[in-house]
Amino acid sequence: MMVTVRISDDALAIACGADDVAKAFEKAGATVERVSSWGMQWLEPLVEISGIGFGPATPGDVQAILDGGADAICIGPIAAHPFIAGQQRLTFARAGKTRPTSLEDYEATGGWKGLNRARELGPEAAVEEVVSSGLRGRGGAGFPTGIKWRTVAGAKADQKYIVCNADEGDSATFADRMVMEGDPYMLIEGMAIAGFAAGATRGYIYCRSEYPHAIAKLEEAIHKSAHIVHPFVLEVREGAGAYVCGEETSLLNSLEGKRGEVRAKPPIPALVGLFGRPTIVNNVLSLAAVPFILAEGAKAYADCGMGRSRGTMPIQLAGNIKHGGLYETAFGITLGALVNDIGGGTATGKPVKGVQVGGPLGAYLHPDQFDIPFDYEAYAAVDALIGHGGITVFDEDADMAGMARFAMEFCAAESCGKCTPCRIGSTRGVELIDRILDRAPRTRDTVEALPQMHNAPKDQRSLDDEIELLEDLCETMKFGSLCALGGFTPYPVMSALKHWPADFGVATAKVPEAAE
Amino acid sequence: MTDGKAARLDEIIASHAHREGPMLPILHDVQAEFGHVSEDAKRTIAKALNLSRAEVHGVVSFYHDFKAEPVGKPVLKLCRAESCKARGVENLVAAAEAAAGDRVEIETIYCLGLCSVGPNAMIGKRPYAMLDVPKIEALIREMA
Repeated sequence: MMVTVRISDDALAIACGADDVAKAFEKAGATVERVSSWGMQWLEPLVEISGIGFGPATPGDVQAILDGGADAICIGPIAAHPFIAGQQRLTFARAGKTRPTSLEDYEATGGWKGLNRARELGPEAAVEEVVSSGLRGRGGAGFPTGIKWRTVAGAKADQKYIVCNADEGDSATFADRMVMEGDPYMLIEGMAIAGFAAGATRGYIYCRSEYPHAIAKLEEAIHKSAHIVHPFVLEVREGAGAYVCGEETSLLNSLEGKRGEVRAKPPIPALVGLFGRPTIVNNVLSLAAVPFILAEGAKAYADCGMGRSRGTMPIQLAGNIKHGGLYETAFGITLGALVNDIGGGTATGKPVKGVQVGGPLGAYLHPDQFDIPFDYEAYAAVDALIGHGGITVFDEDADMAGMARFAMEFCAAESCGKCTPCRIGSTRGVELIDRILDRAPRTRDTVEALPQMHNAPKDQRSLDDEIELLEDLCETMKFGSLCALGGFTPYPVMSALKHWPADFGVATAKVPEAAE
Repeated sequence: MTDGKAARLDEIIASHAHREGPMLPILHDVQAEFGHVSEDAKRTIAKALNLSRAEVHGVVSFYHDFKAEPVGKPVLKLCRAESCKARGVENLVAAAEAAAGDRVEIETIYCLGLCSVGPNAMIGKRPYAMLDVPKIEALIREMA
């Protein structure tokens, strides 16, 4: 009897050796189906035969798996695994179950139902459905998606655009990649609904160049589904390695073929966006949530979540974590539950020192804060952000002062250069942290030492002075930067200083309270 | 620029002429075809898109993916972002650079989106995960 074996063709599975395992199964006479990833990344390459999972599998395990052995790597029925069973998968409902670019699989699992319902409802009702779902931008800013759509729908123009922000540059985030590689039609359907609702006939997916597998899958899917989304026309555009292009106005400049410099707002992109036309710029996860909302109704989505954070969030568990992967659940889950109960603590088995939530611009959180619920407002209240929902775990060996320095270094490398606090502040931040770590406070400037400078202190700067200067610099960057890159880089720096002052060689640091 | 190269450049530009905002798609193709975006190429692209040479230069120099000079050797892109740092990528850097010598270019990048299985690297379009010192040394040795 011919056995059908399902193995993911997601980039992470490939990086872990899935292609070799797939080849070994084919050689052994099995039929191999390449599907999307379940998101249990510590088990990749994960092999599925009649619902039973084996992972992580190597080519050496193939014969044993086919012979009904391989008990050591057998995880039993995949769908019943606690990591999967505990989730509430709305956006990732198909993960692990369908062949990514198969139209047949997509249609058989409720595909295009949302688009068809939108077409029955008409554009205005479709926008209102998204408004009442409470969906907020999943890219990090958390702006209500429906309100953005309403603005674009109400604008008058000869051409409007739908732009999908797939420039997922934050470390610890991969949910966008998994949507594009695993369920590209869902994203296409979401964009087609947005186009229909707002009266836009053209769409662009701006995908980072570090995701070649996602680009290939999207191009194939766009080609195969062009007749379904017609008259909406879609195109993938490849980024070119600039992190800042994940900022929406920088992204628009990049799409136009310019340097990815941030634009001042207003005017907002919803009114003056791509090529000066009204444009909806949404994150992959926001657009990917739309087919469910239209198909099942706004209420089904809004029933999940807490406070003003409605629906589900695909949370990404990464870094030094035992059970890393994609965990989609309703808002409200605590950080401790995510890291310890679901993630199983660190991969190294050492105690958790801290976690960074929200990518390179997100704050480092201390285990003392593990009772914080996953919610936009709760994180903002402690000077942190949930961003794109990525969580990086660090064990006790991590050097948090080094991570604070890296935050500044990263900002310096990726700054677009348009505003001064970000462009220069980040470089000065690196120098300042170096001086703090080297215990080498800067001597006074020549100008400061001049007799005419009556009020300038003449003594040697102390370590405390340097810490105060770092806090001051962070304050300037936070309030003076044009976009989130310079504006949020202080978060990882200040939170590292606040929670782990010993790593900076100071006893305690007085970090200013959040100012509005 | 030789006639063959100039003709190929014209072909690339023409193939994107119908697009809105053709600059990045053109530059990607030029980078892939010639390994860098030369001064001559910048001038030709500027002329075709009705821009100044400075504007094209500004775009080329802004993005990490576009190189003004040919690299001339194989490139291993090593992720050194937070999640890979949490998984120990910094402990591999010295060994990787020693193995690479002058033969292979180790390029630092930030994030391949494989953040639970790092340290990660990419050669061409092939990603590699869970690297340790022996694995990254072996990868670099095998690079042509």
